[in-house]
Amino acid sequence: MASNEEILAGLAEIVNEETGLATEAVEMDKSFTEDLDIDSISMMTIVVNAEEKFGVRIPDEEVKNLKTVGDAVSFIANAQA
Amino acid sequence: MARKVVITGLGATTPIGGDVPTMWKNALKGVSGAHTLEDDWVAKYELPVHFAARASTPALDVLTRVEAKRMDPSTQFAVVAAREAWADSGITEIDHDRLAVAFATGIGGVWTLLDAWDTLREKGPRRVLPMTVPMLMPNGPAAAVSLDLGARAGAHTPVSACASGTEAVHVGLDLIRAGKADVVVCGGAEAAIHPMPIAAFASMQALSRRNDDPEHASRPYDLDRDGFVMGEGAGALVLEAEEHALARGARIYAELAGTSVTADAYHITAPDPQGLGATRALKAAMFDGRIQPEDIVHVNAHATSTPVGDKPEYAALKAALGKHVDSVAVSATKSQMGHLLGASGAVEAVLTVMAIYDRKAPVTINLENQDPEIPLDVVTSARDLPAGSIAALSNSFGFGGHNAVIAVRSV
Repeated sequence: MASNEEILAGLAEIVNEETGLATEAVEMDKSFTEDLDIDSISMMTIVVNAEEKFGVRIPDEEVKNLKTVGDAVSFIANAQA
Repeated sequence: MARKVVITGLGATTPIGGDVPTMWKNALKGVSGAHTLEDDWVAKYELPVHFAARASTPALDVLTRVEAKRMDPSTQFAVVAAREAWADSGITEIDHDRLAVAFATGIGGVWTLLDAWDTLREKGPRRVLPMTVPMLMPNGPAAAVSLDLGARAGAHTPVSACASGTEAVHVGLDLIRAGKADVVVCGGAEAAIHPMPIAAFASMQALSRRNDDPEHASRPYDLDRDGFVMGEGAGALVLEAEEHALARGARIYAELAGTSVTADAYHITAPDPQGLGATRALKAAMFDGRIQPEDIVHVNAHATSTPVGDKPEYAALKAALGKHVDSVAVSATKSQMGHLLGASGAVEAVLTVMAIYDRKAPVTINLENQDPEIPLDVVTSARDLPAGSIAALSNSFGFGGHNAVIAVRSV
């Protein structure tokens, strides 16, 4: 299993691949919608790619609770534990 | 009296050039865009055809990675060509509620569709990406161009197989004449060099099998023609109400004088051997544009290089133009770039406009032994067109019995 730093770095790569945002812009306290301007269809793409990368399952009903990058990192870390 | 419609912008990405200036230079020179395919799927699926005419400039060289990610390859080509046409028109200010799009495709997002099917079977439904539907839908190119340019007067997608691109120009003319838009970005896009469409077209014996000599495979009107060559890319034109173009002092390439669309109602794939539907389309386009056969100096023919397809077009041209058919410079540009299917009519419309504007007819390559049953005056080296008021036609015919013709006049 990966550390929070490793998960953040992996997530930042996925976000960069999908949106073109610089990986440094993907910080723990950033909101996916408010700060990173990620729409729902991009969010679902990021979720599917994160599931594949980290070997976890992120249920659809859980996605709406992942408001910040930190929320997603915590969820993935817990799911891996 | 109907509003006069003029052409003020041109764009293209094709196997013989990634923009209009490059394509036009090559079209006058006479080059082949067909090459052996290096993809591993050619051998993997034992495809009977090993070559095609790929776009000379990959869309990924022009678009950003993130832009391209959300678009099927067909939509990528559409956006590349539409942006060139839009920039070329010089339009800087416009009422976006009066700007429409008519962008065609013949096959649509076949790469996206089949990639998603592979993903579903190999990895399950969760891995099928959320952008799959907007990427595979046939209106994807029209929607992307509308979004890119802020065109809010409607985004239309005529689909009539290999007549689609020409039908899009027809739709664009109608929209402006009917007062529903002042400017229309129209065109067609295709990206179907994928093993499944190659297998399917080969299965119906439509493709050339000249695997050892791809550059000489597309040979319209030649006795040794044995089928068409798959091409890919897009063409785009900015149509504009004449008063709108004049008010902004636009550079006007030509007038889109008339268009028409007819249906054979004869056979799902075979052309009517007498070319009756095509004849009606040719006559209707000339009537629509108030053009007499004697005004026509040039025809960009559909001429795909199939044994059965090239003859009925000659019959139709003869019936529509009468004796004047012998005095018309005919270009079969698919000899150079292959058959771009739903994009072909749009790219050929661009070539026809350039022929009128530049007063030069592009080259037909690979014509070594002209079929004596098709005694057209085929342009085999670039030829000057006459001075004065001149007009030209571009024909497209599609599976389903679709016939579409546009008539372009000098200004």
